[in-house]
Amino acid sequence: MSAVCICPGVHAQNTPLFSGGVGFFTDTNGGNTKYSPSISPVLAAPIGEHLLIESRATAVEVFSPKGDGQGYGHFHFVGPAFAQADYVINSHITAVGGYFLTPFGTYNERLTPFWISPLADAPLIYGIGTMGSGSGLGGMLRGSAISTPRFSMNYAAYLSSGSTNFRFGSSRSTGGQLNAYFPNAQLEIGASYGRLLETTQTNSIGTHVWWTPVSIPLKIRSEYAHGPHSQGYWVESDYRLSQFKGENSLIGRLEPIFRIQQTFRNSPSSSDGLPSVDTQRVDFGMDYHLPHEVRINTSYARSFASTGDVNIWETALIYRFLFPAWRGK
Amino acid sequence: MKKYWIHISFSALLLCVLPLASQTTGNSAPQAAGVKNQASKASAQTPDGNQVFLQNCARCHTVPETFSPRISGTVIRHMRVRAGLSAQDEKALLRFLNP
Repeated sequence: MSAVCICPGVHAQNTPLFSGGVGFFTDTNGGNTKYSPSISPVLAAPIGEHLLIESRATAVEVFSPKGDGQGYGHFHFVGPAFAQADYVINSHITAVGGYFLTPFGTYNERLTPFWISPLADAPLIYGIGTMGSGSGLGGMLRGSAISTPRFSMNYAAYLSSGSTNFRFGSSRSTGGQLNAYFPNAQLEIGASYGRLLETTQTNSIGTHVWWTPVSIPLKIRSEYAHGPHSQGYWVESDYRLSQFKGENSLIGRLEPIFRIQQTFRNSPSSSDGLPSVDTQRVDFGMDYHLPHEVRINTSYARSFASTGDVNIWETALIYRFLFPAWRGK
Repeated sequence: MKKYWIHISFSALLLCVLPLASQTTGNSAPQAAGVKNQASKASAQTPDGNQVFLQNCARCHTVPETFSPRISGTVIRHMRVRAGLSAQDEKALLRFLNP
């Protein structure tokens, strides 16, 4: 594909790309260990100067112990997370059509790729506002509403139809998100809203705060969400030890992570994905960034609930890839 | 027992925040390993590109060690949609990756 001029004097190469990750995960929860090899490829292909086709899918094989102590059984899942077309209408509006990630909170759109998230498990409140499958089938408008050196604001608003298709599952729903970002403080504050439009119509609201201090490689993320049957929050911090002889030193490749979260059950529900009783959980993680885009993730978590406290040990070996879809000249 | 764990949790959170007390004035935030050299070359032309990169890309994910310049436009268009970049940010990022 030839070079396309996006702005005066600058030429970008718009060759389609393949990206994603390959990982091998282990998860020991309450004494039972699961093994999950996974691959999650991403395709992004620009067409012309305004259109981008992009998709991400995940294939995972899960090996878990059989209940009767007779060795391991396994099952697999292959499905898309999103398959969408993005059309840049102008500097403030991009129209998105297809199967897209539900814009609620921060985890679903930003941290679900396993080569990005520092911890393997999603937060306990992930099910609030993400409308079941975490994806919607329909249309969305999004973009930058305001952008100045001191302040920027972006938005997303979507309408999704219901789909019972096994691979492209979605709920009839609508919602949106508004994020304010203060570059000088590197502080982001956002709010999300989602309304389920199925037989039962319910609202979910959420808010998030992300802070990345300017002069140290510390990231603090937090989110609160309130659904029709439950609510909860999580706070996560990770600190890359790159101040110790640089990010490529033996110690500088280490990244300790800590997350605390609580959920509160207001009424019984089998569909929101949150624990059935009030739960507190703490995660201690230690990631190690090896050369050549390889990462080792390890974590220990303790979950407290009236149904019983459990230990959760997780490890992962992850490789991230990114290359053009075809060879160039 | 639960209180004991909550104490440990907050101690860990405190340990994570402690480095704030020893902030240095230099910007030591993670940078794109593969684009570091490009960053230094480009800094004279695009003072904002590096900042846009750190604020909008590296805030969520670690930076790829390297990637082909042939896909830089595709990466940026993906980021424009995903991160809600403004048109100015997109241009600054494009100059940063294509010095």
